[in-house]
Amino acid sequence: MVDTTVELCGLKLDNPVIPASGTFGFGYEFAELYDINILGSFSFKGTTKEPRFGNPTPRIAECTRGLINSVGLQNPGIDKVISEELPKLKKCFDKKVIANISGFSVDEYVYCCKKIDAEEQVGIIEVNISCPNVHNGGMSFGTDTKSAYEVTKAVKAVTTKPVFVKLSPNVTDIAAIAAACEEGGADGISLINTLLGMRIDLKTKRPVIANKMGGFSGEAIFPVALRMVYQVYEAVKIPVIGMGGVLTADDVIEMMLAGASAVQVGAANLINPYACRDIINNLPQVMKKYNISRLTDIIGMAH
Amino acid sequence: MKISDFKIIENRKIAKDVFKMILSGDTDNITKPGQFINIAISGLYLRRPISVCDYDEGVVTIIYKVVGKGTEKLSEMFEGEVLHDVMTGLGNGFSVNNNAKKPLLVGGGVGVPPLYALAKKLKNPVVVLGFNSSEDMFYAEEFRALSDRVYISTADGSFGEKGFVTDVISKLNGYDYTYACGPEPMLRALYNAVSVPGEYSFEERMGCGFGACMGCSCKTKYGSKRICKDGPVLLKEEIIW
Ligand SMILES: Cc1cc2nc3c(=O)[nH]c(=O)nc-3n(C[C@H](O)[C@H](O)[C@H](O)COP(=O)(O)OP(=O)(O)OC[C@H]3O[C@@H](n4cnc5c(N)ncnc54)[C@H](O)[C@@H]3O)c2cc1C
Ligand SMILES: Cc1cc2nc3c(=O)[nH]c(=O)nc-3n(C[C@H](O)[C@H](O)[C@H](O)COP(=O)(O)O)c2cc1C
Ligand code: FES
Repeated sequence: MVDTTVELCGLKLDNPVIPASGTFGFGYEFAELYDINILGSFSFKGTTKEPRFGNPTPRIAECTRGLINSVGLQNPGIDKVISEELPKLKKCFDKKVIANISGFSVDEYVYCCKKIDAEEQVGIIEVNISCPNVHNGGMSFGTDTKSAYEVTKAVKAVTTKPVFVKLSPNVTDIAAIAAACEEGGADGISLINTLLGMRIDLKTKRPVIANKMGGFSGEAIFPVALRMVYQVYEAVKIPVIGMGGVLTADDVIEMMLAGASAVQVGAANLINPYACRDIINNLPQVMKKYNISRLTDIIGMAH
Repeated sequence: MKISDFKIIENRKIAKDVFKMILSGDTDNITKPGQFINIAISGLYLRRPISVCDYDEGVVTIIYKVVGKGTEKLSEMFEGEVLHDVMTGLGNGFSVNNNAKKPLLVGGGVGVPPLYALAKKLKNPVVVLGFNSSEDMFYAEEFRALSDRVYISTADGSFGEKGFVTDVISKLNGYDYTYACGPEPMLRALYNAVSVPGEYSFEERMGCGFGACMGCSCKTKYGSKRICKDGPVLLKEEIIW
């Protein structure tokens, strides 16, 4: 028997496989297809203070082995997430969830984290800092060490739950951003969010996405994500959740070798709704193939 | 929603760039006209959503127009080949059990196919089909077999009434409900031209096709809806243009 369990800041997971925020909704579509209690955990759709419709459509563009999305954080707002989505989710998922929080000012992040802190269902807060900071010329919180530090420090002050800061890959020095979050008190780092990308329709000669650009993810970004997880693992002492292009149990192991303590699966859920189940089912035999008896033994082994 | 393999029974050109494909496989999840299937195409990342034109136990018919890479690859497939991982039972579909006594079905271009399965379930509906030209036209005879009131318009006048579906409809009366599918300008023109309630089927670019990604959202008077799951069919009364 192989041991697939991992741990994130005291939260024990049966396995390291976690659906990534925005690709698993609040779980129900998938709960109709399989028992989602097999998952390690699950990061729910990015939630903001106010309800958001998101960006205009088209929001999706196809790429080679990936897609661009410009959903724009469509969500019902933190209050409805707590009063409606979490109770519904509880009926199909009895493990702790990861609450993915977004904001457009430090105050918004603080507001949401304070509210979600009271929710027993939530095991970890994942703070997505890829959003534009409206008080700082719209520059993303995640592309500036100072803003990253400030958000982290502010949310840490209002919650006792472990805080994982989710980084944007659209930076020149990912290690510096991660280090700033650690200094701000982050309990862990999640990475990567989507890469800024674009497609143009040859027939109309216009951008495919209404907002022109969007976030590129899927299999194609795996090497970029892996490299960044590797760099961040060396830069910080706190645990790292790796994601970006993960499709197979082999990819999970590769991410963990680079330094991930757990792994999220995003776009793959959209293409194959059974992706996480398949990875979880395959993990033990892939571990055997590579002579791994305990998954935690390989975290960061490639360094 | 279900994911399963389908075998191609027929894949035949029926109009300019338009193909009819008959598939055999598990159709248990297809329950209503107006639903769609999402077809994985080898080498392409996203599935292609195509409406169900007709369905029966174990058989589903689709009609698609070649407009890009995916539909081109589909058109090059042969009888006996297998489409892997097709998603079926997607979308809300048209409601057939409503109180409409005299339904009017309006289709434009490749918006015509989903109306066929619907027409089969309704009693002698009035059907108005619009195409650009006679060479683009398909399924006129198939609809005539179901209804004795089938009207056709072509934009260039090469067949039927010259003009748009709304030009034909302006001369009709006695209908009390509309079911429509076609390009958005057609849906909008129809919306403005008729006063009766109805159901309109929309398209949007999709990430997943089963409600998970929020890629296909649209605003309606009843809140935001996902075209793939809460649609593609919207009630006329809820549409916001
Ligand atoms: C609910 C629904 C039902 C449909 N039913 C039919 C039908 O019965 N017959 C038919 O011919 N077509 C139908 N379409 C349109 C069909 O999905 C597109 O023509 C097809 O996806 C084009 O793929 P492509 O690879 O050939 O084109 P490309 O332009 O190469 O495709 C690139 C990407 O854009 C997407 N895309 C392009 N055009 C559309 C479009 N109009 N709607 C949604 N996504 C699009 C593709 O899916 C793909 O992800 C339907 C669309 C929807 C949303
Ligand atoms: C449709 C879609 C919606 C997403 N929404 C969110 C979100 O709300 N919050 C967030 O932190 N990340 C969001 N992401 C990013 C993913 O969680 C993940 O970080 C990224 O897609 C890389 O993983 P992947 O290559 O496996 O998709 C979204 C991604 C996709 C494809
Ligand atoms: S396409 Fe993903 S929710 Fe509709």
